[in-house]
Amino acid sequence: MSDSSRIQGRAYPLGRANVDTDVIIPAAHLKTITRAGLGRYAFDTVRAEVGNVFDDPRFAGAPILIAGDNFGCGSSREHAAWALADLGIRAVIAPSFADIFASNAFKNGIVTVALPQSAIDRLLAVAEADEIEVDLETMSVTTPLQDRYAFSLDPFRRRCLLEGLDEIALTLASESAIRTYEANTGI
Amino acid sequence: MTPKTLYEKIWDSHIVEQREDGSCLIYIDRHLVHEVTSPQAFEGLRLAGRRVRRPDLTLAVADHNLPTTARVDSEGRRLPIADPASAEQLSTLEANVAEFAIPYIEATAAEQGIVHVVGPEQGFTLPGTTLVCGDSHTAAHGALGALAFGIGTSEVEHVLATQTLILKRSKTMEIRVEGKIGFGVSPKDVVLAVIGEIGAAGAAGHVIEYRGDTFDTMSIEGRLTVANMSIEAGARSGLFAADEKTFAYLKGRPMAPQGEDWERSVARWRDLRSDDGARFDRVVRLDASAIAPSVTWGTSPDDVLPITGRVPDPESFADPARRESAQKALDYMGLTAGTALEDIWIEHVFIGSCTNSRIEDLREAANVVRGRRVDLHVKQALVVPGSGLVKSQAEAEGLDRIFIEAGFEWREPGCSMCLAMNPDKVPPRERCASTSNRNFVGRQGPGARTHLLSPAMAAAAAVNGRLTDVRELIG
Ligand code: SF4
Repeated sequence: MSDSSRIQGRAYPLGRANVDTDVIIPAAHLKTITRAGLGRYAFDTVRAEVGNVFDDPRFAGAPILIAGDNFGCGSSREHAAWALADLGIRAVIAPSFADIFASNAFKNGIVTVALPQSAIDRLLAVAEADEIEVDLETMSVTTPLQDRYAFSLDPFRRRCLLEGLDEIALTLASESAIRTYEANTGI
Repeated sequence: MTPKTLYEKIWDSHIVEQREDGSCLIYIDRHLVHEVTSPQAFEGLRLAGRRVRRPDLTLAVADHNLPTTARVDSEGRRLPIADPASAEQLSTLEANVAEFAIPYIEATAAEQGIVHVVGPEQGFTLPGTTLVCGDSHTAAHGALGALAFGIGTSEVEHVLATQTLILKRSKTMEIRVEGKIGFGVSPKDVVLAVIGEIGAAGAAGHVIEYRGDTFDTMSIEGRLTVANMSIEAGARSGLFAADEKTFAYLKGRPMAPQGEDWERSVARWRDLRSDDGARFDRVVRLDASAIAPSVTWGTSPDDVLPITGRVPDPESFADPARRESAQKALDYMGLTAGTALEDIWIEHVFIGSCTNSRIEDLREAANVVRGRRVDLHVKQALVVPGSGLVKSQAEAEGLDRIFIEAGFEWREPGCSMCLAMNPDKVPPRERCASTSNRNFVGRQGPGARTHLLSPAMAAAAAVNGRLTDVRELIG
């Protein structure tokens, strides 16, 4: 089993719903021209709250984040995904994700795992003391307490995540189809 | 033949390749580029030694970072941008468009403006096209019958390199609004009502098509406002069928087809509507006559109520998660449950953003402001036109005088206080009546409190120094 197929470790039990991209990374930090180093600004406004999960030493360096409905809503800024990746997060588990965020996350090797709210509630409780594992090969989330939740992944995205494919190179292989389309439509 | 929705027609005509795993390679006709979400994409191209496949289908303009104060000195020389990071983002864009030969509207050009105001205004946005931009409010261009959606930077790079995207077909949602909108009610109120009805994630995974006589009679500017906020309901795109209004709006625009080509295009565009009997995955209906001038009270665009309402009690929400988020929102907003919305005092007014900065929006606001003054309680009232062309049109109509005489500041075009990347920010714990599209925590500056509303309602709030039912001031 390849290393990239399993994500195991502590999980930030953030829990809340509608975590928007301004919360993940505020606009003040979008003035960068590189992808690196955004982790330290991630969740600035959450970090201002006393007792927040990101400053809790139990979760330091956790590779998983658990949140509520509609995670990543708002702007198309890929900076949100870059900030999470820079923070070391490789999987986000939530009942639902905003479309653009899910696509950005995937392009940065972050898995978005959609599970029903009941599973989220259970995982939030488990995450307080135990590790969680996300397995891309079997498409399941498991805990040391024998919980097991199956999730689904888009087959194309799963293949890219497992094999680390370069999407642009993949598309460039369809050059003749693109050229034919342009010729047929006169673009 | 099975009847098709407008979305299916555009989608089907842009498939380059259908893959076994259900994804499609979709051709992208138009690509708008701005300074914030493009630097890493160009860097990616450079690192991989790739070129831009179709610079001719690409248009770049800077908008997010530009200060809205004067951009040239009295001799027409360009003034430097004080913030070094903003200046660097702009110069990076300028270097990139030069290196990759991409058409670019200069920061000091008369045509400069917010990317979603510029696209339609230049005729770059056309019915039946696929149009993308590294910005979620790209949905706006759907007002002209374009399948338009926001993309992340990796996708920007993908489009630059290949002029395509790998996508999956979305579900479709019809939002049907019928009836005449009431006095003092604007397209902004209509879209806020839609978002309030279906929720901030209500249309996730769907492309919305706005239908019904309320939208048929709505101006293109109004449709741009509505389509723009589709993303606030979770939809990546919002579509309107192309009609006579669309054609009249686009005719003669610099980048629109001309002459015989125009006639041929219009003939083709007439088919850009959902066929009779086309099936949508979901249908939502609203009665336009029931929509009142509205305002948001919380930190999500679906936290919206008619201005005649009161700040809700978090306990009144049945769902525990909703209860908790409402309480958090009230704490952040500094509001007490039960307060009449009209009793909420404001310190800032922002009329602008890609949602409401077009000429009609400014006329609507000026109409309320005319002969009145901004309340003394208001610290700053900004009018930021969506583009240089909107600005000069407004000046030709004397709208700038109306605003300035009332105590508003009349600024240069850009995103400005919509997301506070430039110096226009709402200070912590201060309250802003804003015509923009997002009331998220910290959106207009760290700790800033945002109330979303229409241009007329923002003008009314400026005049009274508190959230106000605009119907009390006009008529
Ligand atoms: S005006 Fe606001 S929403 Fe529109 S593009 Fe600019 S920042 Fe984004």
